[in-house]
Amino acid sequence: MTFFRSRLAAGWLVAAGAALSSPASMAQDLELTITAPAGAGGGWDAAARSLQQVMMETGNARSVQVINVPGAGGTVGLAQFVQGAEGSPNQLLVGGITLVGAILTNKAPYDLTAVTPLARLTGDPLVIVVPKASPYQTMADLMEGIKGDVEHTIWAGGSAGGADHMLSALVTQAAGQDPAKVNYVAYSGGGEALAAMLGGQVTAGVSGYGEWQGQIESGDLRALAISYPEPIEGIAAQPLKAQGIDIELVNWRGIFAGPGISDADKAALEAAIAKTVESPEWQDLLKARGWSNYYAPSDEFAAFLAAETERVRAILTSIGLVE
Amino acid sequence: MESLNFLLQGFGTALDPMNLAFAAIGVLLGTAVGVLPGIGPALTVALLLPITFKLDPGGSLIMFAGIYYGGMYGGSTTAILLNTPGESASVVTALEGNQMARRGRGGPALATAALGSFVATLIATMGLAFFAPMLVKVAIQFGPWDYFGLMLIAFVTVSATFGSSPLRGLTSLALGLWLGLIGIDQLTGQARLAFGVPNLLDGVEVTTLAVGLFALGEALHVASRHLFNDEKPMAIRGSIWMSREDWKRSWKPWLRGTAVGFPIGALPAGGAEIPTFLSYTMERKLAQKPEEFGQGAIEGVAGPEAANNASAAGTLVPLLTLGLPTSATAAVMLAGFQQYNLQPGPLLFVQHPALVWGLVASLFIANVMLLILNLPLVGLWVRLLKIPLPWLYAGILVFACMGTIAANPSVVELVMLVAFGILGFVMRRYDYPIAPVVVGLILGPMADSALRRSLQMSLGDPMILLQHPGSATMIAIAVLALVAPFLFKSLARFRQDED
Repeated sequence: MTFFRSRLAAGWLVAAGAALSSPASMAQDLELTITAPAGAGGGWDAAARSLQQVMMETGNARSVQVINVPGAGGTVGLAQFVQGAEGSPNQLLVGGITLVGAILTNKAPYDLTAVTPLARLTGDPLVIVVPKASPYQTMADLMEGIKGDVEHTIWAGGSAGGADHMLSALVTQAAGQDPAKVNYVAYSGGGEALAAMLGGQVTAGVSGYGEWQGQIESGDLRALAISYPEPIEGIAAQPLKAQGIDIELVNWRGIFAGPGISDADKAALEAAIAKTVESPEWQDLLKARGWSNYYAPSDEFAAFLAAETERVRAILTSIGLVE
Repeated sequence: MESLNFLLQGFGTALDPMNLAFAAIGVLLGTAVGVLPGIGPALTVALLLPITFKLDPGGSLIMFAGIYYGGMYGGSTTAILLNTPGESASVVTALEGNQMARRGRGGPALATAALGSFVATLIATMGLAFFAPMLVKVAIQFGPWDYFGLMLIAFVTVSATFGSSPLRGLTSLALGLWLGLIGIDQLTGQARLAFGVPNLLDGVEVTTLAVGLFALGEALHVASRHLFNDEKPMAIRGSIWMSREDWKRSWKPWLRGTAVGFPIGALPAGGAEIPTFLSYTMERKLAQKPEEFGQGAIEGVAGPEAANNASAAGTLVPLLTLGLPTSATAAVMLAGFQQYNLQPGPLLFVQHPALVWGLVASLFIANVMLLILNLPLVGLWVRLLKIPLPWLYAGILVFACMGTIAANPSVVELVMLVAFGILGFVMRRYDYPIAPVVVGLILGPMADSALRRSLQMSLGDPMILLQHPGSATMIAIAVLALVAPFLFKSLARFRQDED
């Protein structure tokens, strides 16, 4: 116990994880700082801290610190990162599809072309659910309902302009209605939206599958479809694509380095992340967190990012959030 | 009684020496981060997550719960002693608590806060153990219309309570509401009143406003009067413990605060602030000596502190039964559950009863530990007040700035802190109440989104607010509370005319 306590006292303020023992023989010389552009408790914070934990466990970095820069859907953290990490070989940033959307809706001064994409890491399926008492049994029923009355089809989900909102707009569009008419009630997160779903105040809801997993398994919510392109092991709900609705939307998270870093530094960081992602420790962690592996190396991620940015812009324009 | 049986087994788990040690570490850390500016329990738990990954899930969750409860205890200390509320839930405690401290009654203020927290946590944790599954069924029926009704009650009671005249109270409240509009609108994702400053997009941080108005404003005010006053440190008058009268005046507010705090804390969007406001208003109305309010009335510390801690226990209801985190700390604790492949939610009580009941039992134990830890500390804390005033206020200035910077490292935040400090000074100088500004900032955005969500669901029909019995009742109460004082006054005048 004293062993544990002394460790705590020494390390908890600076970088708690740094006290973890890692096999010194394997340790590379990387001393990294990961910026999570969100407060403690969110998905990006969790992603940054998971990466911190596994990179040090597997010896792919000697030390990793996580700093939180919350604000404006991640754009405050992004701006600070762009200014502070120019050419730096040891600074990383976590981001995802919500950041792409927030950059557009907030008219942020920097977008993701200002930073260097290193790898796409995880991708979570979104799930479309209805309350237990809902008359809708299948995705087709819901689509029929939207077609009949788009305004009375009330959606609940996370923040306005986020991935949940985008999916509701895509489904509305696929049902033959104007996505600008989607009646989407934004909550501060999946949790608050969950209460509205369980209380039967809304027609349908969208969230990350993991967030509502408990209620889906207990039967309090009925999952109609997931937005992932392929079926996922352990999830009974089938992809939209498999149900004949040509929509896919993945809540992906990726990792970036600062602007203008040298090719050698970029290669070193890429290699460290690739090794981390391949490790069994990372696979275990994905399983524990309920995340899906969606790894793509730098070049593939950069191309994906460009396409995704245009797609998100088009969706948000169709909702009317971006001009 | 099946629950009782489970709870006894839970105590078996929690009294394991290892788990006791985890609980002790938790409450120590929690109290420390509650007192230190800028580091909240959420960040502490997040920092500890990777360390605890290798430990047994029961032990580390018990430690997290200790941190959570400890943070709630610690937050009141700086509010009372330094007028620097570390978190929004302690804002109300600072009102009377600091007045008590400045009248040499810091000891009883801290003691009633600690004991009130203990009593409230004890009762609320029992509520969590026995009523959680039932309570949550009611809580999820609470629609946006009901939240709006609740906000209306809070607005009316608060603006009528604070300040020397309703007009001054309403002016301050309006200022707070305006500040609350700044930032990204939750329902449309569009920026309001941010003037292109990215740091304003997330709105004004409640603690920055509270610390600026309370601590900085106070320090400036004292400095401006310093030339005309003799310098005298705040003497400690009487015992540092609670007198018989203090006890008599405290126990009812503890119970009432708990009764308000626990159910509102259990609401998915209830929060810890509203119950503290409501409790303060309630105590002021019910007090034997209402004239003491604003001058250091012990009821004004006892009630809100109990409400604050009861709502902290209430927050665990939706977390454990729905997997629904309603505060930042709860969100990080949820991540803690997930890292052990535990999914909080309707099935958690069934699938992992040993863990859940061990956690609940350790909450009781953490509560006792906190009381044992905090009561002796009272004697130590009050000595802080013997520091000569210029030193003390210089210290408060450093403490306030440090805390703000630690919580949100940006120049804009610091500029806002100073601006709010000057605002607080001006408001004090011209006798405007300060608390309604903070109330407006907290409740404004909540009421805004509750109302607009209701209207969105009814496709713009305002009658939805009256069609639900819950919201109709609450709106009626709010209207009554608003009109009744005027009605009584004119009635009284009418009678006088007749005589």
